[in-house]
Amino acid sequence: MRRLLSVTDAPAEARPFSSGRAWRLHPQVALRDEAFGALAYHYGNRRLVFLKSRTLVELVTSLHEYPSAEAALDALVGDTQRAAYRAALARLAASEVIDAA
Amino acid sequence: MLVEEQGTQDVEELHAEDVEELLVDDLLVEEVSIDGMCGVY
Amino acid sequence: MPPDVAVLPLKEQFTRGLDAPICLTWELTYACNLACVHCLSSSGRQDPRELTPAEARRIVDDLVDMKVFYVNVGGGEPMLRPDFFDLVSYAVEHRVGVKFSTNGTRLTPERARVLAGLDYLDVQISIDGAGAATNDAVRGEGSFAAARQAMDNLAAAGFGPFKISVVVTRQNVEELDALAAMAEGYGAQLRLTRLRPSGRAVDTWEALHPTAEQQRRLYHWLVGRPDVLTGDSFFHLSALGQPLEGLNLCGAGRVVCLIDPVGDVYACPFVIDREFLAGNVRDPGGFPAVWRESPLFTSLREPQSAGACASCGSFDACRGGCMAAKFFTGLPLDGPDPECVHGHGEAALSEVSARGDRPRASLGHSKVRPDGTPVPLPTPVRLRPAARA
Repeated sequence: MRRLLSVTDAPAEARPFSSGRAWRLHPQVALRDEAFGALAYHYGNRRLVFLKSRTLVELVTSLHEYPSAEAALDALVGDTQRAAYRAALARLAASEVIDAA
Repeated sequence: MLVEEQGTQDVEELHAEDVEELLVDDLLVEEVSIDGMCGVY
Repeated sequence: MPPDVAVLPLKEQFTRGLDAPICLTWELTYACNLACVHCLSSSGRQDPRELTPAEARRIVDDLVDMKVFYVNVGGGEPMLRPDFFDLVSYAVEHRVGVKFSTNGTRLTPERARVLAGLDYLDVQISIDGAGAATNDAVRGEGSFAAARQAMDNLAAAGFGPFKISVVVTRQNVEELDALAAMAEGYGAQLRLTRLRPSGRAVDTWEALHPTAEQQRRLYHWLVGRPDVLTGDSFFHLSALGQPLEGLNLCGAGRVVCLIDPVGDVYACPFVIDREFLAGNVRDPGGFPAVWRESPLFTSLREPQSAGACASCGSFDACRGGCMAAKFFTGLPLDGPDPECVHGHGEAALSEVSARGDRPRASLGHSKVRPDGTPVPLPTPVRLRPAARA
């Protein structure tokens, strides 16, 4: 099936995010830097997601370099913020901005 | 708003899930489904 | 709180403008083989200053540099451009998505097959009624049949889900269920969009725009039909209850703009008027310079005054409505939308009426007779026999 700008089936909601797995930026997502962080546009589901921190942008764009999301969090995010960023990744997974590598 | 009033110490004492939701929803990720603007095309 | 986190919600960020538009509209030509009574761009006659194929490709290059996600292509009738397919291919090959709008008269079976093979492409067929009677009264005799043929051609070519786009009018608002059924029949998506008093609609809007009661019914119908797209077109109705899907604000000059067939850049496709002209892509710096530096856009990105709407509890939901709707009905931009759901627009409109202040319709690119008088609208469609590629 060709890659469309049309709406695909609704993503599985509330699938628990497993940070022990390897993740990557979804191949159908285009990322554009903005002053506040980045805009992510998913060509498949037409969702526009606003990544509101540079750290989150760095995390998402380098996710694929790590064996697991947890390893990426360890490397890039301070202790006290890890829970928040882990939850952010879970949100991004639910919106299909990232998918399992 | 709850998040703005919390220091780092207080955050650890709250139920992890609640904290995560508050922080994420407002501070890190925001989403909108965008079919276009003004409806033209 | 992490020090690098931006604190403004997305909606507020958008009102200040972005580095690149999100929903950019690009009208490829003013030429059109239809003459719809409400055409937002007053199309019909090709403009001799139309951008060349090379200039058009340069715009795509600029969009790639700016990382624009997709472009909404229209016109006039974009498929009348001889380089239409070249341009569309060029864009999608560089991963600039194309969503184009067409009346379908040139969407032959062969062309449907070509389109079906392209990535990052969306097609939208325009109709304004569930049947020829309602539709052709606005778009011209034969236009409904032509549009349905195009839909059949897309379906036969295995294009996949296309869109059926309808401008909501007083006459077709009774046909929403039938339109939804039509879309379902094709596996297509229905889009309903708002009629603005722009282009040729400056004169026909009063007769065509849905009544207040119809708009309330439309709102509730939309709420019950989350599968129907609106392109964020009815955000003025969000004051009626739960907000409709979308950003619910005017993105003109902030999130969207129009590039017209001669390279003029306007704040949005509904304000093709000198008042909202930001620049031209042929100026030094091209489109990127206009988007980033034009005085008009800079001023639109300043905080806008709520003006007369400041004391209204619904302002947050509707943001004062549509700039174009206010401009072309002669209402002040910092006041209620003419179709304000609380009726504040109606009061304002009667004052305007008394003063006779409304911007008059300009001929634009509408077709004219040899003696210079406008051709009566809508004109019937003259289809080529057996529509060959």
